[in-house]
Amino acid sequence: MSEQSAHRDDKGEQSAHRALGLTDHEFDLICEKMGREPNGVELAMFSLLWSEHCAYKHSRKLLRNLPTEGPRVVMGPGENAGAVDIGNGYSVAFKVESHNHPSAVEPFQGAATGVGGILRDVIALGARPIAILDSLRFGEPDTERTHYLVDGVVRGIGHYGNCMGIPTVGGEIYFEPPYEQNPLVNAMCVGLARTDEMVRAAAAGAGNKVVLFGSLTGRDGIGGASVLASAELDEGDDAKRPTVQIGDPFEESKLLECCQELLAEELLVSLQDLGAAGLTSSAGEMASAGNTGIDIDVGLVPLREADMEPFEIMVSESQERMLAVVEPSKVEAVLALCTKWQTASAVIGEVTDSGTFRILKHGETVGEIRVDDLVDGCPLYDLDPEEPAGWTYPNRVMIEDEATPSDITLSLLSSPSIASKRWAFEQYDSIVGSRSVHRAGAADAAVLNIPESGRAIAISIDGNGRRVACDPFQGTIEATLECAANLAVVGAEPLGVTNCLNFGNPEKPGVAWQLGRSVEGLAEACRALDAPVVGGNVSLYNETPQGPIYPTPVVGMVGELPDPDKIAGENWREGDAVALLGPFDPSLAGSELEKQRGELGKGLPSREIGPVKAAIELVRDAVRSGAVRTATDVSDGGISTALAELSISSSIGFEGELSALIARRDCSEDDALFGEGPGGFIIAGDAAVLEKLGGQGVDFELIGEVGGNELILEAGNSRVEILVEEAAAAFDSLEDRIESDQAGLTH
Amino acid sequence: MKWGVLQFPGSCDERDALNACLIAEASLGGGGSDSGSRLVWHEETDLSGLDGIVVPGGFSYGDYLRAGAIARFSPAMTAVAEFAADGGPVLGICNGFQVLCESGLLPGALLTNERTRFICRQGDLIVGDANSPFLSELEPGQKISIPFKHQSGRFFAPPELLEEIESNNQVAFRYAPGHNPNGSLNDIAGVTNRAGNVLGLMPHPEHAVEEFAGSTDGLGLFRGPALAGAEA
Repeated sequence: MSEQSAHRDDKGEQSAHRALGLTDHEFDLICEKMGREPNGVELAMFSLLWSEHCAYKHSRKLLRNLPTEGPRVVMGPGENAGAVDIGNGYSVAFKVESHNHPSAVEPFQGAATGVGGILRDVIALGARPIAILDSLRFGEPDTERTHYLVDGVVRGIGHYGNCMGIPTVGGEIYFEPPYEQNPLVNAMCVGLARTDEMVRAAAAGAGNKVVLFGSLTGRDGIGGASVLASAELDEGDDAKRPTVQIGDPFEESKLLECCQELLAEELLVSLQDLGAAGLTSSAGEMASAGNTGIDIDVGLVPLREADMEPFEIMVSESQERMLAVVEPSKVEAVLALCTKWQTASAVIGEVTDSGTFRILKHGETVGEIRVDDLVDGCPLYDLDPEEPAGWTYPNRVMIEDEATPSDITLSLLSSPSIASKRWAFEQYDSIVGSRSVHRAGAADAAVLNIPESGRAIAISIDGNGRRVACDPFQGTIEATLECAANLAVVGAEPLGVTNCLNFGNPEKPGVAWQLGRSVEGLAEACRALDAPVVGGNVSLYNETPQGPIYPTPVVGMVGELPDPDKIAGENWREGDAVALLGPFDPSLAGSELEKQRGELGKGLPSREIGPVKAAIELVRDAVRSGAVRTATDVSDGGISTALAELSISSSIGFEGELSALIARRDCSEDDALFGEGPGGFIIAGDAAVLEKLGGQGVDFELIGEVGGNELILEAGNSRVEILVEEAAAAFDSLEDRIESDQAGLTH
Repeated sequence: MKWGVLQFPGSCDERDALNACLIAEASLGGGGSDSGSRLVWHEETDLSGLDGIVVPGGFSYGDYLRAGAIARFSPAMTAVAEFAADGGPVLGICNGFQVLCESGLLPGALLTNERTRFICRQGDLIVGDANSPFLSELEPGQKISIPFKHQSGRFFAPPELLEEIESNNQVAFRYAPGHNPNGSLNDIAGVTNRAGNVLGLMPHPEHAVEEFAGSTDGLGLFRGPALAGAEA
């Protein structure tokens, strides 16, 4: 591309704007707004900021329906990350973001830079990152491609987080066929900041200087996230590998400490990270947020390669860079601190009151765009949704018809999505920072000590795409309720929500319907839980010639708890009574067992949120009071799986039966043992203590007692009877399946 | 006791280590925010006024070239070598252990884990029979629970050196049976220098000093030098 104008009369296949992903209509609109045709630099900038990834042009209208306000909200959508008040002058900032397509093309660097990017979003607010969580989706773990992707993604996440000294405290991994070619890599970061020291990304003060610091700017990742993330994946995507950015956590580690010192010394007016669309997006959004103009001289940008074109400098997605607005009198001190942290820095421009984003090269103007046109001018599209008539995803039989309830339980425990992910999580440093609260057994939610506020926070991330595929509205409600249930188990109440909406091509009516219904479900659940959505990310076009992914809204929820000594876990004791609590009304629809039977279909039974919320609150209060020390919510695989996991975690068996549940819900034996749905908790402890929870308006029944070395569970004429060690072997079987052929694939 | 905790670009656990020092001091009736314990920037050369040094975990200088290989040339490490030569207590944790080995202050080397992957897990250690101020509160043979997290933690020494380390009673910690995560020779998790005042280990005692972390077995190492000083 050159700096000459992009000829408008050339609308053939090779036209510049089409090659950059802009429609003819969008190009015409740009010309109309500018009163002329854009030159090459300007067109490149428009193409990125008007991409789906930056402009949310197919989702922004829908997202307006999400509840975003609440008494604890400090920063909402529109900032680099959301933030909520946790008391005593402190806030936590958090956000989840996707790096799906880069990870599909180059899993190690794709995942590593995904972590790096979300860390910078939180760093830019003036917060110190204190936790990372990841939500990952792959195809079934029986293909070489999935093994390659899992290996690279897990090592990439570990590499970046571990080197940065930020603990990876939780996450989830699902394995489903629709993710085979298009895996999902969503990373969430939580940071801690003094509320009055948080910075916004708005440029302010004409005459103030713009300082770029961090890594040198190179040709890596040109059009990376913004172009790669705004179109479907297809054959030949290996050729896109150069558009994937390369991460350097050492640079980011220095950048983090440097930012913390710059802010502590009160040297910055505002701060912004460089992510997708690089300088164009950062500088443009800073000017837009501050209602200012901005001049950037590409001749002043420290470069990795000397001969870079202005457009390349403006769109480069080189990692580990930040942009700050600094008063002229403080520039020297800022540059000195950057030198202390061995990070490159330069004054590259100035804030103006022109309302214009001007690109210069050694003082000569090479591009000039109204900030409003660039940042807010992109047309927003209405979707054209149409509900598909039936189930549109493949089904595959994975279990024999004659499988007994015991066989089924073992099959569910060894199912990749349910089986232990310890082999992956042990590759992450989960303790650095001295905040991670250690608990026996598996963790429903991560708990982090916050001595600064005298309390603790809990974090959960969830999103079962299969259930959302069955029913986008109900499935998304369930994902949100699952997060709240996970928080309740550790005694935490929700403060705020972040989300990453991973969907297929929204221009296709079926996907548009999934997206619309899913957002409606998210809004309804968040309203019911009083959990405002303070930020998030949308990742569309997750599809390949084989079709779209399961619609996957990943919900990240942050809550707070008064006392980290009073949390429940999966650690029961011999002789404990065990109860099922909540309006849990199990169904095989969308369940792990229905998947294994190859019988998945459209639709989930609808469930009221109110009674589920009541159960969540009852469990939370019981845990906070110290009455309940053992609790988990009934999730994937149903009650038999939940009880098996508790047995495995404590190495003690269980004997009980579910006749009361079958009578109450009028459900089948299979439903009772393996059915799924929201609103079920298993709690264990002293029978008299548990029974006190029974009379409080929430469905409750004692179902058995802890003891022995077997899991015995009866439901009518069906009987599960397996040794705890058999269950444990099934639960721990995934590592061997994943690592069986990885010998030659190490990075 | 005033601790100095080194801070290199890329250090990760330096604040955690300083926190552990303060908790240990407080448990001995000292410390407090004006205790004088502090981070020591890698370009500092003046350690005067400090009674003990921690070289913390992390990825100093990005672990470029080889873990610890660049940090050993930092001005602060030159000062630490002098501090150690004068008998001052120096504790190297994880990356700090690697730095001390690269510096020649401790024998042996840390190689990439047998399984090549990073691993983070709570594990059991057996206290060795080394004579070190850091071990003054621990008994040889005692079992303690400390987390470890590293990718290059496989202790290695050529046969003659290994024999020398063993015969001089320089083994500070061994992984308990079944807990060796990385293929370390003789299950060695930590060693001392001949004099005993320099101790390095791969596991992270600074992450086992508070109840919520699941173990407080790491506190002894940070209390040790002050207690040894009191005995002397």
